[in-house]
Amino acid sequence: MGKVLTRNIEPGKAPTDMAAYEANGGYQGLRKAMSGMSPQDCREVVSASNLRGRGGAGFPTGMKWSFVPMDDKCTPGHKYLVCNADEMEPGAFKDRLLMEYDPHQLIEGMILSAYCIGADISYIFIRGEYIVAIERLRKALEECYAKGYLGENILGSGYKLEMYVHPSAGRYICGEETALINALEGKRANPRAKPPFPQVSGLWGRPTIVNNVETLCNIPHIIDRGADWFKSLGVGEDAGTKLFGVSGRVKNPGCWELPMGTPIREILENHAGGMQDGLQLKGFLPGGGSTDFLTSDHLDLAMDYNVIGKAGSRMGTGTMIILDDQTCPVGMVLNLIRFFAHESCGFCTPCRDGLPWTRQVLEDIEQGRGKVEDLDTLEYQINYIGAIGNTHCALAPGAMEPLQSALKYFREDFERHISGGCCPYHSGRGA
Amino acid sequence: MSNAKMIQSDVSSVLTLQEMAEIDHELEHIPYKSGAAIDALKIIQAGRGWVSDECLQAIAKYLGMSSEELEGVATFYNLIYRRPVGEKVILFCDSVSCWISGCDSVKQTLSDTLGVDYGETTKDNRYTLLPVPCLGACDRAPVMMVGDDLVTHLDDNKINELFSAGKTGDQS
Repeated sequence: MGKVLTRNIEPGKAPTDMAAYEANGGYQGLRKAMSGMSPQDCREVVSASNLRGRGGAGFPTGMKWSFVPMDDKCTPGHKYLVCNADEMEPGAFKDRLLMEYDPHQLIEGMILSAYCIGADISYIFIRGEYIVAIERLRKALEECYAKGYLGENILGSGYKLEMYVHPSAGRYICGEETALINALEGKRANPRAKPPFPQVSGLWGRPTIVNNVETLCNIPHIIDRGADWFKSLGVGEDAGTKLFGVSGRVKNPGCWELPMGTPIREILENHAGGMQDGLQLKGFLPGGGSTDFLTSDHLDLAMDYNVIGKAGSRMGTGTMIILDDQTCPVGMVLNLIRFFAHESCGFCTPCRDGLPWTRQVLEDIEQGRGKVEDLDTLEYQINYIGAIGNTHCALAPGAMEPLQSALKYFREDFERHISGGCCPYHSGRGA
Repeated sequence: MSNAKMIQSDVSSVLTLQEMAEIDHELEHIPYKSGAAIDALKIIQAGRGWVSDECLQAIAKYLGMSSEELEGVATFYNLIYRRPVGEKVILFCDSVSCWISGCDSVKQTLSDTLGVDYGETTKDNRYTLLPVPCLGACDRAPVMMVGDDLVTHLDDNKINELFSAGKTGDQS
């Protein structure tokens, strides 16, 4: 398979500027769309491509866009396209790569996506710590305005679009799309109640689409080369390629663009080089910190949304975190729950109080003060705050995913902590 | 003096013309003044390092918000500092991939070397140490940011190299 999203990316080398991007086929998708394709034509290609959101939820992109009121069905005023570049999921490190090394690919994807939904203003909402990406995106935006790819009358089509880079002031919850919209409006980033959905009433009460960086980076290629070509890239059920990552104590941690549906074993063994010497694989989170553990029994599964879903987890961001046999699973889950408790926006009680309670129970177990009943408390929390509908948003249910699966696969480890009155791993990383 | 003028003169005794111009620039594409709240906090912080009570009240007045409402915004975000910080802020990643890669012991070395824990500033006012959610560089864990620079593959040696006595603290 030839590279698509990463064809211009070589970490350590210079980022791709306008000249290099265009020399390698860049802005062909934009030229094609602006010379004869209507927004509806473009939307149909994206829908037919079966592209699914790469931010974690895997929602079909074409369907997400279809809820935006178009033309005479929309009251007069602005419509917004927002790029979610707030990569803060623990263990996720793919969007950084796309933005630092090929900023024009994202911008072209955003211009085309904005055209599809009739947006006239677009924002790249990017985490403030991504200093290099912010700088490179701003420079790329300048190049685009100078070339007439942004602003009034883009490439003579009559279409007009403004684009801004908006560095965030922090907080994980900003990755939730309605929280992100509140942050863009200068407010506390508490998620909003849905409905209304942002597609109808989002930023400043206007129709708004929020898409992940990697999702948007696919759009120029889909418009340029068509839906059938895109579907042919996957080797399983899903279409396209995906940036898969591996972190943890493997020989060669990293991020690689591979066909959607690539088997987990291939990613872990061929690309990540397998476990470091002396370590065995104990389990892994397939798609970031809020996905359920899988184990070595699942290595032959394809990285497809539905396949990983049927195995009891989620593909999420596609960036795996590896648990080795000498790292304490209780300690790992405690680290994750600490993160989620800290990042709760505090709006709803089950999340604001339930996560610190869960953290406390896990701290007690990890530090040898756990009681057998504590496992019942953990089960209670999993059933209560893990259930969608009991909390205001998906943060707490997401936090329960690694915990519930750790109790399922590594229950013995929890029990050993309690019966032995200490962490059996003695790794020094537990407390 | 009219109320509006009094507010304006209060504000301009705290905020500089440059700061107000930068906030006005943001307001050009924001339909409501309060919509620039976070931008304004960041503009003030960029020049002054942090947001004092006096600045917070001046921004609130400038944007027609109550200072309580703006305080609610300011304290929500971890990259807005409501207390003075050192010349550089160290954002130390303690999320899961860095934890698996041994960041706890690196953090201990860092704390011992600088003589500060999370939330504290070194005596020479050079560094403030803060934890940060996953920095998105998990393939190079453990990692941290020192000012604007990402520092990867952390271990005790690297900490010593960066911060031992006599070093300027500039990283490459």
